[in-house]
Amino acid sequence: MEKRRYTILSNTPVAAGAYRLDLLADNSEFVPEGEFVDVSVPGFFLRRPLSICDCHPGYLTLVYKVVGQGTEALSDMPEGSELEVLTGLGRGFDPEACRERALLVGGGLGVPPLLLLAKRLKARGKHVTAVLGFNTADDVLLVKQFRHVCDIVAVSTVDGSVGVKGFVTDAILAIRPTFDYFYTCGPTVMMKVVCQALEGPGEMSLEERMGCGAGFCYGCSIQTINGPRRVCKDGPVFKKEEVLW
Amino acid sequence: MVNDLSVDLCGIRLWNPVIPASGTFGFGLELADSMDLNDLGGISLKGTTREARFGNPTPRIAECEGGMINSVGLQNPGIDVLVNDKVPALRKVYDGCVIANISGFSVDEYRECCAKADACEGIDIIEVNVSCPNVHQGGMAFGTSAASAAEVTAAVKAVCRKPVFLKLSPNVTDIVSIARACEDAGADGLTLVNTFLGMRIDIARRKPVIANKMGGFSGRAVFPIALRMVYQVAHACRIPVMGCGGVASARDVVEMMMAGATAVQVGAENIRNPFACPEIIAELPVLMDELGINTLQEIIGTV
Repeated sequence: MEKRRYTILSNTPVAAGAYRLDLLADNSEFVPEGEFVDVSVPGFFLRRPLSICDCHPGYLTLVYKVVGQGTEALSDMPEGSELEVLTGLGRGFDPEACRERALLVGGGLGVPPLLLLAKRLKARGKHVTAVLGFNTADDVLLVKQFRHVCDIVAVSTVDGSVGVKGFVTDAILAIRPTFDYFYTCGPTVMMKVVCQALEGPGEMSLEERMGCGAGFCYGCSIQTINGPRRVCKDGPVFKKEEVLW
Repeated sequence: MVNDLSVDLCGIRLWNPVIPASGTFGFGLELADSMDLNDLGGISLKGTTREARFGNPTPRIAECEGGMINSVGLQNPGIDVLVNDKVPALRKVYDGCVIANISGFSVDEYRECCAKADACEGIDIIEVNVSCPNVHQGGMAFGTSAASAAEVTAAVKAVCRKPVFLKLSPNVTDIVSIARACEDAGADGLTLVNTFLGMRIDIARRKPVIANKMGGFSGRAVFPIALRMVYQVAHACRIPVMGCGGVASARDVVEMMMAGATAVQVGAENIRNPFACPEIIAELPVLMDELGINTLQEIIGTV
């Protein structure tokens, strides 16, 4: 974990209530590791944990949704202003867990962190199918970016305004992908259904209200088959069989 | 002129008075990769009970203006894991003052856990939590009455050779009477204060934010109240006080010490800034120069 200052390059809406935040680090050689960063929003006591959508040396892309006053204030921060960010947090998806063919299942704001994973899988020569679910056309994001790195991309919307009408499970049924490992991120209820519907091994990224974000306040603990685990430090990614629903 | 930041706490020399408060710094090891722990004057370890506990359901955290509410519920691996694994592992990387924080649900549990902590070589001070407001049957009852706080103090002192500090709850009508009762029962020192019982409601869901409904409020907003209590108690008791509550800067540390604190614990600030303690310690010599202070020890209780 390190504390860094980043400059906001852009902070613009990409879907209904969702913003893409591009950040430039103080040190161009620095490659942020970890699954998420913890962003300090001026005027708010706790940081906001935001998953990493894409990263390059010295450059970080986050996609977040306005869900409360803190993220609302973040969305108002102009280009050129500075953000203090904790980096190197969380244990992310394991691209090595997939042998050849990966299935990525994302829902809503669970979609962005899967893009970085898709790139990492692609870089390892794996075949990637992505199934991305949203409520409606206004919520759809990053589909074009996924098409660049995935062999197959299927989209579902609950109202049918884009892609398959229904949930991600309906889109999975429609395309019947072949895969040896799945990765999922999205609303808890969606991940639960995905884990029950899909046979074979996989992993998911859990969400929990966090305190420190770095594993020492024990504010985000869950019970797993292996005992108590901290979502921020031992996760947020957990194996399908570890999680007690 | 070299500034002397060291303080004497019950005969133990701390190289500076800054100590992360229990529950806001894990067992120390969680942060060993991110900083040099040896910068810290002491570390108060996460509250420990006889048996392992998972604690409360989530959400356990709620943000507030100037602070936060936590209701972790004493998640810990139990006293045996603390003394056999956590403390020996911490001792491999940390040479400063190690404070074990002990909670209990009965006088027997306090006595048994404190005896084990006392026998553990790596532990320097035992801090008895009679104030944790998170747990249904626990701490609260002991810390809110002078008689029961004294009962715990006497029971623990009977089995400990190491300095015993009682960590007091601010959720009481007269903290001075409870502090005095602990002193009379043999306490070597006092830590004050623990968190303030608080609550938040999610107005869209019409439900408490915290799963356990209420929790302990801490953070910058409580600093003036904590400072006042440290001042009152330090002037009413002869035993040393570790000041705790809303400390977020070197200025706050100096203020707490002038109010009578011998050492100063930093709590919620660690949660928002894991580097708060080393940053405060680095700030201290600059502030001392500005204020014409050569040795920190000399400012204790000067107000």
